[in-house]
Amino acid sequence: MKQAEPDLSATVPQPVVRVEDITKHFSVRQGLFGSIPLKAVDGVSFQIGAQETLGLVGESGSGKSTLARVIVQLQPATSGHVHFEGKDLTALRGETLRRMRQRMQMIFQDPYGSLNPRQTVGTIISQPLRNFGIGTRKEQEARVAEVMNECGLNPNFVGRYPHEFSGGQRQRVGIARALALRPTFIVADEPVSALDVSIQAQIVNLLEDLQQAHHLTYLFIAHDLSVVRHLSDRVAIMYLGKVVEIAPSGELYERPLHPYTKVLLSSIPIPDPDQEALREQARVEGEPPSPTNVPPGCRFHPRCPIAKFPICSTEEPPLVEKSRGRWAACHFAGEF
Amino acid sequence: MSSASGRTLLQVEDLKTWFASSSGTVKAVDGVSFEINRGETLGIVGESGSGKSMTALSVLKLVPDPGRIVGGKVMFEGEDIVKMDESEARELRGNRIAMIFQDPMTSLNPVLRVGFQVEEAMDSHTKYNRKEAHQRIVPLLRQVRIASPEQRAKEYPHQFSGGMRQRAMIAMGVSNAPSLLIADEPTTALDVTVQSQVIALLRQLNREQGTAIILITHNMSVVASLCKRIMVMYAGRVVEAGETRQVFKNPQHPYTWSLLRSIPRIDSNRKQRLVTISGNPPDLSNPPPGCKFHPRCRFRVGRCSVEEPPLEEVEPGKDARCWVLMRNVENVEAG
Repeated sequence: MKQAEPDLSATVPQPVVRVEDITKHFSVRQGLFGSIPLKAVDGVSFQIGAQETLGLVGESGSGKSTLARVIVQLQPATSGHVHFEGKDLTALRGETLRRMRQRMQMIFQDPYGSLNPRQTVGTIISQPLRNFGIGTRKEQEARVAEVMNECGLNPNFVGRYPHEFSGGQRQRVGIARALALRPTFIVADEPVSALDVSIQAQIVNLLEDLQQAHHLTYLFIAHDLSVVRHLSDRVAIMYLGKVVEIAPSGELYERPLHPYTKVLLSSIPIPDPDQEALREQARVEGEPPSPTNVPPGCRFHPRCPIAKFPICSTEEPPLVEKSRGRWAACHFAGEF
Repeated sequence: MSSASGRTLLQVEDLKTWFASSSGTVKAVDGVSFEINRGETLGIVGESGSGKSMTALSVLKLVPDPGRIVGGKVMFEGEDIVKMDESEARELRGNRIAMIFQDPMTSLNPVLRVGFQVEEAMDSHTKYNRKEAHQRIVPLLRQVRIASPEQRAKEYPHQFSGGMRQRAMIAMGVSNAPSLLIADEPTTALDVTVQSQVIALLRQLNREQGTAIILITHNMSVVASLCKRIMVMYAGRVVEAGETRQVFKNPQHPYTWSLLRSIPRIDSNRKQRLVTISGNPPDLSNPPPGCKFHPRCRFRVGRCSVEEPPLEEVEPGKDARCWVLMRNVENVEAG
């Protein structure tokens, strides 16, 4: 049963990206002949304003990475629309879509798996320029040197291969490649979670500097709420294919409205033993169910720590604006 | 640190685990000393290549080829594990010392029922006879908070979620009531809500059963929430060790200091720029002279690149390996 969702969830002035009721369903084989639907993304709407960073947080199976791939058109949506700089990408085809895609780029989690080991970093970084036929060879080389510099890589290493770089440097190569086409919007999917702790801060600071310098808009996807808080203006929390809460990050962290957000926040240890000893812990039992087996009513109700009212297991709560800029999908949002 | 007493469970002294490689000797663990008392919790923190996992494997005499323990002692309940032969070491592992790893799927046998594997962990040692072992399966699974343990004991690992597999591993680990549990990144592969469940479980085991725990992790926050003492490793060496509260409040080694300021905190507002540690951890086959951290250290002085500082007590109960020490650095927060 689908709820009437608001047309424009979490509106922002001058949205660069507008995601409208996106669904992405897969079919999973079961047994010899049967298949069951897997609703990886099940009706998600939000907007991202110009030069804003929206953090997208969720556990495994939440659909956050699938959503990211749908937004940058690496995968088609099952239904719904993605508007980018005023145009509906889901309605565009061919050359027009290609041109729009230049302006949105993606940074991946695994700096090892996302770089071709047989290509020099120069070839890797210039690949998008060649794909789109931008500039002469000389201009491409100049652009590669420029983005390498900006990403803290020595342009003299342009002829080296990925294995000659450390994990942090490889992630810089991935970022340089994303920057080469001068995009306005970057989707970063867990860009620091595979890196050593001392390297994570370098990459986080680099992403901040690049945003300042090029007025970039970010969708920053992570399971690490501490990094998300640090980088994001607003944060969206996903659970089993749905957004359950969106809010300006300070407010979300200080006063979560959805019980799942509260649980997530209190699950994160703080690097301070004194604070750790004092914290109230809202812990949940169990793990997120499989997206092939979504519970009826509110998806979170079987694990929800607050009182279980009959409505929670029968009626799916819509994502509604509870106060200015604060959206939550819970029948009892903020009442616990 | 205090000398060996009746409370000392494990005492590691000047442990050296080296690897021969084509590019030279890699000193993965190079003169590491620490001890842990009965019922205590110790966090060993470091990045990849710091030697934290190799320290744990050395304690269990599980160093992979071509690594060798080339020096030092690992005294456990009065015996030196380094001197044990393989059959003695095998009797110790999974019995008096248990170990759990990051990825439970690689440590569980996919074709055997979970209950059987828990029983097997007891049958391979002599503490419990077959009947006792069989009877302990369900209570053990219940103890690690696996729901419907009677049913779950009959299932295979692939029917378990990631968090449940880690619980099953912990059940196997504690099945012989070990006095020491070594957990190597036990929560790294898990979702955050499940991570906090597993930490709570380890804390409960420590408090209720008195099992001493050595937690090996890259995550300072996890140490803060579980461990009474912390030891920070860098390039095969201990650079700082002490009570967790003291080390977090007042770190003396620049590496510890920087690490603590390089991680964003869930309880602090954004837009405080993170402290970065420039460069990368050293190549251990060709480490820098002097202090191993000096090329990345913003507080280094001339001496740091020529002479390695010793690990010394810098205040009661806290050791650090640094010529400078953070208490001698002025106005660091501003810089």
